Amino acid sequence: MFEKPLGMRDTLPQLYETKSQIRNSIGDVMKSWGFQFIETPTLEYYETIGAASAILNQQLFKLLDPQGHTLVLRPDMTAPIARVAASKIFNENYPLRLAYSENVYRAQQREGGRPAEFEQIGVELIGDETVSADGEIIALMITALKEVGLEDFQISIGHIGFLKELFLQILGTEERAKTLIKFLYEKNYVGYREHVNSLSLSTIDKQRLLDFLNLRGSTEVINQAIDLVEYDQGKDSVLQLKKLWDTMDDYGNQEKLKFDLTLVSHMNYYTGILFEVYAKQVGFPIGNGGRYDGLFQKFGKNTSATGFALRLDRLVEALGPLPEITPSECILFSEERRSEAFQIAKMKRAEGLKVVLQDINGVNHIDACTDQYEEITFLIGKAGGRVST
Amino acid sequence: MNPFLTIAMPKGRIFEEAVELLRLAGYNLPPEFKDSRRLIIEVEVENFRFILAKPMDVPTYVEHGVADLGIAGKDVMIEEERDVYELLDLKISHCYLAVAGLPNTKMNNVAPKVATKYPNAAAAYFREQGEQVEVIKLNGSIELAPIIGLSDRIVDIVSSGRTLKENGLVEYERIADITSRLIVNPVSYRMQDKRINDLVDRLNHVINSESINS
Repeated sequence: MFEKPLGMRDTLPQLYETKSQIRNSIGDVMKSWGFQFIETPTLEYYETIGAASAILNQQLFKLLDPQGHTLVLRPDMTAPIARVAASKIFNENYPLRLAYSENVYRAQQREGGRPAEFEQIGVELIGDETVSADGEIIALMITALKEVGLEDFQISIGHIGFLKELFLQILGTEERAKTLIKFLYEKNYVGYREHVNSLSLSTIDKQRLLDFLNLRGSTEVINQAIDLVEYDQGKDSVLQLKKLWDTMDDYGNQEKLKFDLTLVSHMNYYTGILFEVYAKQVGFPIGNGGRYDGLFQKFGKNTSATGFALRLDRLVEALGPLPEITPSECILFSEERRSEAFQIAKMKRAEGLKVVLQDINGVNHIDACTDQYEEITFLIGKAGGRVST
Repeated sequence: MNPFLTIAMPKGRIFEEAVELLRLAGYNLPPEFKDSRRLIIEVEVENFRFILAKPMDVPTYVEHGVADLGIAGKDVMIEEERDVYELLDLKISHCYLAVAGLPNTKMNNVAPKVATKYPNAAAAYFREQGEQVEVIKLNGSIELAPIIGLSDRIVDIVSSGRTLKENGLVEYERIADITSRLIVNPVSYRMQDKRINDLVDRLNHVINSESINS
């Protein structure tokens, strides 16, 4: 057998069909919200895209170009889109609504069968820092997921600005705040509690940090969060969440949302509201997103942006068994009746049917060939009519 | 209908202790589980399904979401680094991860060898100490390695220290304290949040009152 590199997969017809149906439905929703699709190169410079991307260095596929520059296979689409959006092309057009549906590449460190190449479909809303933009992104994601028939899903929303502010207020230094954030990033609540208890803080401050872990749930979380912060800066973040909640109410999409202020999807990429989306039957998040204000600075712009990306492979898994592909029919012909066969095929194709034209001389095993099709028409020999089975 | 909450557990003593904790937390579990060879045990009154796995595999089941929850030793969590929530220290199955070897021996100063069931954890520990070592992965009977000359040191879990003693080995350094942890799949933690929060609260209550009593 000829092997493929680790984590690389073939997409066979049935899966291909499902993926393209999902891609088309979601793409149509995105377009109807005024987002424009773009494509960017698969290869980018490591120095720009590789370093700017949210993906860890050890997950990047790197290679050298003939001049010796280090290239990466793009690990996500957000950084390339930021590169494009920061260029002159779009200078005066902010806010900018862009969409993409592309394969991205991430090397896997364990269990080599996990996909190292997978398709992401997503959007970026660039140059609009209002909560309305965050709300639009989340509402668009919900609409798209419903459009493809996903019912049982949930979105958890956090705010990285809030937790940074709270930790800074209590702990005093960025360094100490970062240590604590790392525990959340690693999802290690036990370690978080042990660390808080080991700090030399007042009992009240310790309790505030421990209570922080309970900021998960519905609107009640907003008031609990306001009680935890002392200064206006932290409160601003909470008020953004409040506004987001009201925005989602106006969209009529509230029921899919929960707050989880302990959510830290990345150590230093997101800067404001961030979210993950989960579906029943899939053990991993099917998508995520959030506000990333720092990225554009790496491309020389001071611009705020937000966006989301859905993983198509996990979405397929969430939607359950693959639908059967509607079978095509086959016309088996011999040379004498070739012209007739072509005419019939043309008519049927015009009706929207899938028709295979097959010269009988090209087939070794007639039975094996005919078994693939729902309907066969034989146009063989000089005279006689059509025989359909 | 309420779907099962699936809990992955290691076979043996940890299972017994964890089940006892769940009973104390008010869950209605049968007094004993017959037929210990079964891999899946369903408790319909509580809508629980236990899957009995190798200790090292528990976080794997939970990460992939085929188990919503799991009970795993901290040793396994350090070794496997799976993407799961570590929610509670259950404070059962106390032991610790230690470096051991033959008494009064120094590590080979060129490339000392360390045999262990925990290659990641061992490598990380010696890296932090600034020592270059060759880590040799074994699957059991680790004590054999220094005796027979395969390695200078071993990294293994120690509970009473009896196994080390019986094999003429001594402990050199203590790496980390180990207890069993309640771990949760990130998706289940959201999609089944009510049931899981309730379970965590009830278990937390039991653990706290136990630690006050003891």
